[in-house]
Amino acid sequence: MHVKYFLVKTLRAFITTFLLVVFVFFVLRITGDPAQAMLPDDATEEDYIEFRQLWGLDKPLMEQFYVYCKNFLHGDFGQSYKDGRDVFEIISQRLPKSVWLMGMSIIFSIVVGLPLGIYAALHRNSFGDRFIMGTAVFGFSMPNFFLGIMFILIFSMKLHWLPSAGSDTWLHLLMPMITIGMTRMGSYARYTRSAMLNVLSKPYIITAKAKGANRNRMVYLHALPNAAIPIVTVIGTSIGHMVGGSVVIENVFAWPGIGRLLVSSVAVRDLPVVQAIVIIMGLAMVLANLLVDFTYGLLDPRIRVTAGDK
Amino acid sequence: MMSDNVKNEKVKFEVLSGVVGQETKLQKVFRKVPPMIMLCMAWLLFMFIVAVFWEQFAPFDYEEQDLANRLAVPKIFGGTDTTHFLGTDSLGRDFLSRLIRSIRTSLLVAFCGTIITAILGTALGFVAAHFRGWVDEAIMMMVDFQYSLPFMILALLVIAFFGNNLVFFVFLLGIEGWNKYARMSRGMALSAQNNGYAVAIRQLGASPVRLYTKHILPNVSNILIVELTLNFPAKILAETSLSFLGLGIQPPDTSLGSLLSFGRAYMMTNWWLAVIPGLTIFLTTLSMCLLGDWVRDTIDPTIRK
Repeated sequence: MHVKYFLVKTLRAFITTFLLVVFVFFVLRITGDPAQAMLPDDATEEDYIEFRQLWGLDKPLMEQFYVYCKNFLHGDFGQSYKDGRDVFEIISQRLPKSVWLMGMSIIFSIVVGLPLGIYAALHRNSFGDRFIMGTAVFGFSMPNFFLGIMFILIFSMKLHWLPSAGSDTWLHLLMPMITIGMTRMGSYARYTRSAMLNVLSKPYIITAKAKGANRNRMVYLHALPNAAIPIVTVIGTSIGHMVGGSVVIENVFAWPGIGRLLVSSVAVRDLPVVQAIVIIMGLAMVLANLLVDFTYGLLDPRIRVTAGDK
Repeated sequence: MMSDNVKNEKVKFEVLSGVVGQETKLQKVFRKVPPMIMLCMAWLLFMFIVAVFWEQFAPFDYEEQDLANRLAVPKIFGGTDTTHFLGTDSLGRDFLSRLIRSIRTSLLVAFCGTIITAILGTALGFVAAHFRGWVDEAIMMMVDFQYSLPFMILALLVIAFFGNNLVFFVFLLGIEGWNKYARMSRGMALSAQNNGYAVAIRQLGASPVRLYTKHILPNVSNILIVELTLNFPAKILAETSLSFLGLGIQPPDTSLGSLLSFGRAYMMTNWWLAVIPGLTIFLTTLSMCLLGDWVRDTIDPTIRK
């Protein structure tokens, strides 16, 4: 095991996180006086003094940044404009809902997309193959909020099968999960197909076939692990799209997660909440990318050797 | 693949040199276009014409309210209203006129955003490739950073802090996807630098700006055009998503996203107020994606997947 590869990747993740915090820090300062931006309009003079002291605004910029990072590490993101509640508390109530929806959507798109791609590769140029590839383009160009609204119109309003808003039961999960998953499912199928086709034409597969190897064994034991790398790449790069998409979809289905909180906070310019959510989402993205890089390293020894030696 | 390439070159040669007559030349070009792509082109052309001549097409003023005639059901959807082809919205405004105005706004904003992204991303990629060293490192670090922060989240952050107006919004959309152009143009410029022609032009004393814009850019334009056609639908989706959330195009102006968002509330009775804008977005992005895929396969057979 090349420890160096994993260390390099972890270091990069830390640098990206650092850049993210620097970015948000400076965006806040470009707008002018952070105290004015972060405090509600009816704040008193004492509130201002307290806020400036808490975030060290009377100190030099570098020290301000230090205080800023320290407060974040303590989970102190300030207080919401709207109701004065602790931002950390508000977010930690909503975060599990978003993680649950995101996780299920990713699992859904992989569990459906991969087998479809494998099927398409094994039945190349058949009707099923064409159909699956057609849905890939469909998924990419369909605006996900429109798809969600269509689902509500059909399954909630006309057929009364599924609830259109909320997050209480499995039935509530179904439509938002499929809507978020749909947009990526097609592209997973498409990449799985081309990766499988690429591997299936390799000499070792032909040899296995010539030796009379069991077809299932050949596909799942020989071909799939070797096709896994491009597939993992696509899944890794699409997580960002899905997070962005889930923000919209949480609003369509009134899902009480942080995506919905983010949009309503942006609308009323509740900056402490916005800032905290952006940093948490960015952090989640960094972790997801790190996970993908680790998966690479485990899947393909060549990657961890060459990248580690750099 | 190779024979395809040769055939393409031959057709290109014949077309360019005028060996083939006027009519057969067109026929040759069109014979190669699949019917599906023809449909996509027709739809996009239609959208383009609507966007450019929107004032001539709109039967009413898109802002004019008629509170006595709210949510009118048009004849084609089984109603009684014959003056408004697609009925009226919740404030009695002519829906067809609003749809036409929205098409114009959405396409215009997406188009400007696409151009800004292409220029910004390509320029940064060239700068990184030209200066190398720490400039290169810094730009590539920004590219990596952009990959880890979804555009949607970035846009919401910026809108929350700086507020929103049309020009600002267009430039914000211009950030979406710049990292892809930068990464691509940097790679292509790096390989072009070592090509004979670039070395020769540099030694003849051409300035770097001239070298990149007049010589390297035309040589890499094929791949950039492909990226352009794939970036445009992404722009439409980004704009309509933000407008759908009420954070993009602001009233009194209207975009396909905000139209859909307003139509949502009346889905039980006037379903077309939400479905028609949605379908318009879908058909436009779908046409552009299919066209982009086809252009990629036709322009350069070597980058075929």
